[in-house]
Amino acid sequence: MLVDDLRGMFYIALKDLKAYYFKPPNISWGILFPFAFILAFAIRDPSDLRSLVPGLLALTVLFGTSSMEAIVIVFERRTGALERLLLAPLRLPALLAGKLLGGMTFGLTVTLVVLMVSLAIFGSSGTNWLILLLALLLSATAFSALGAFVSVAVREVFEAQTLANFIRFPMMFLGGVFVPLSSMPGRLQVLARFLPLTYSVEALRAAFSGGSWSTAALDLGALLVFSVVLFSLAVYTLARHIE
Amino acid sequence: MNEIIQVESLTKIYPGEKGRPPLRAVDGIDFTVHEGEVFGFLGPNGAGKTSTIRMLTGLSRPTSGKARLLGLDLGKELPRIKKRVGVVPEASNLYDELTAFDNLVFAMQLYGVPRAERKARAEALLERFRLSEKRDTPFAKLSRGMKRALTIAAALAHRPPLVFLDEPTTGLDVMSARNLRGMIAGLREEGVTVFLTTHYLEEAERLCDRVAIIVKGRIVALDTVAGLRSGVQRKTIVEMTLSGADGQAEKKRVDCDDGVESAVQRLLNETEGRRVLSVDTLRPSLEDIFVQLTGLSAEVMLVEKGMKGGGNAGG
Repeated sequence: MLVDDLRGMFYIALKDLKAYYFKPPNISWGILFPFAFILAFAIRDPSDLRSLVPGLLALTVLFGTSSMEAIVIVFERRTGALERLLLAPLRLPALLAGKLLGGMTFGLTVTLVVLMVSLAIFGSSGTNWLILLLALLLSATAFSALGAFVSVAVREVFEAQTLANFIRFPMMFLGGVFVPLSSMPGRLQVLARFLPLTYSVEALRAAFSGGSWSTAALDLGALLVFSVVLFSLAVYTLARHIE
Repeated sequence: MNEIIQVESLTKIYPGEKGRPPLRAVDGIDFTVHEGEVFGFLGPNGAGKTSTIRMLTGLSRPTSGKARLLGLDLGKELPRIKKRVGVVPEASNLYDELTAFDNLVFAMQLYGVPRAERKARAEALLERFRLSEKRDTPFAKLSRGMKRALTIAAALAHRPPLVFLDEPTTGLDVMSARNLRGMIAGLREEGVTVFLTTHYLEEAERLCDRVAIIVKGRIVALDTVAGLRSGVQRKTIVEMTLSGADGQAEKKRVDCDDGVESAVQRLLNETEGRRVLSVDTLRPSLEDIFVQLTGLSAEVMLVEKGMKGGGNAGG
């Protein structure tokens, strides 16, 4: 059974990447959108561009993983294609994990391009590579799970897009991407602690400043918790639809 | 004879929404399907056909009752059942973005067909379903009949011994429907057991070894078409075709309760001098049986699906 699940996961991810993700509009959108936002802030204050890199990477992972992930399941449910997967010999968590894997692979591929460009411009001195790797992986998992949850929670594609943006845009401004958390009002700081992007940005900042594990561990742990909770909610919600 | 499907007291009740009472879609049905037969499941829209298929294929949980498929308990061994069952849903639901070939390969990947076999198997299925020329065409760009054929091919990709076909020819033109019926008949020759739901009584009559008629969640009849026919009260009809004044042939029918000769004589008395083109005796059709057993017009099934006049049932 485990072999069937793992095989199903792998091929669902591969199919999604081929059918939906690696298309020119997705690739360009995934890279250009975060760059445009960062550029807007860089123009305003060009003195410390390097400090914007963690936020840029976090945004790229967020939009790269969740943009298509948030609509792919609801789209397949509308066309009936999701039923094919439900009829296949694999368990529901494995089906959804396959969907997550597709979103994560695309998001991380796009992020890798942005990371290479950033490193070429700003250099890599003081980077803790292991924290960087874990931060990117756990961010991709959490954001992909967020996308999957949005996708199973609604019935129409436009609802998925609306809900995804309703969550992502406030998160973008409250998650410490552009403005340090410490400079925000107290209540907003508390609110920011409920957003996965906050921990993603902090973990990436720790990675680029050569931060110690003691500072990054909490952020990585929080991202892991978000991943598990959002994935479990997505599985539960999809299971309820099937009943 | 092996029983491939055994269903006992299978029930599905959907909870009522927005203050409506719960809906008893399938109401304690019992039936068995034998190995290698084409089993027809007939009924009007909302009778419980699709709810039954969804339960038997694991897409929906039964409220109560038991089912065994291929000797395996539906409640306990669903993943093993899924591995050996092919399902063709009512709507063709392959991936628009993938080519015909890639869709078949993906179906095989999901079901664990060994990598070495996939290409040859996909090519063979495309050949068999007359789709070789469309090998590299995206699913979205195929005609409706081709989409249907490819959906059936995908359900057969992992060589399942049991296939569920939900309204396979619905919405197809006469030629496509005829081709698909030929393919379904071919499955029986290969020993594949087929569970077929259809609105087309003529299709069921032509393809099925046995037929169950389901109305309002209950099976009201289950037998071979010949067996159902013998149970129907009306015996034979005489049909006479007469030339019309405007060149159009006109058909007249009478029951021959008091014998064929008497019926023919009655029809001859109604010719009004027109030429008799032909005289036939007709046995009760499955349509007659359906009407008698359900009290519904056979057209109800087509009208409810918005298909009346579609001309599909021919061929």
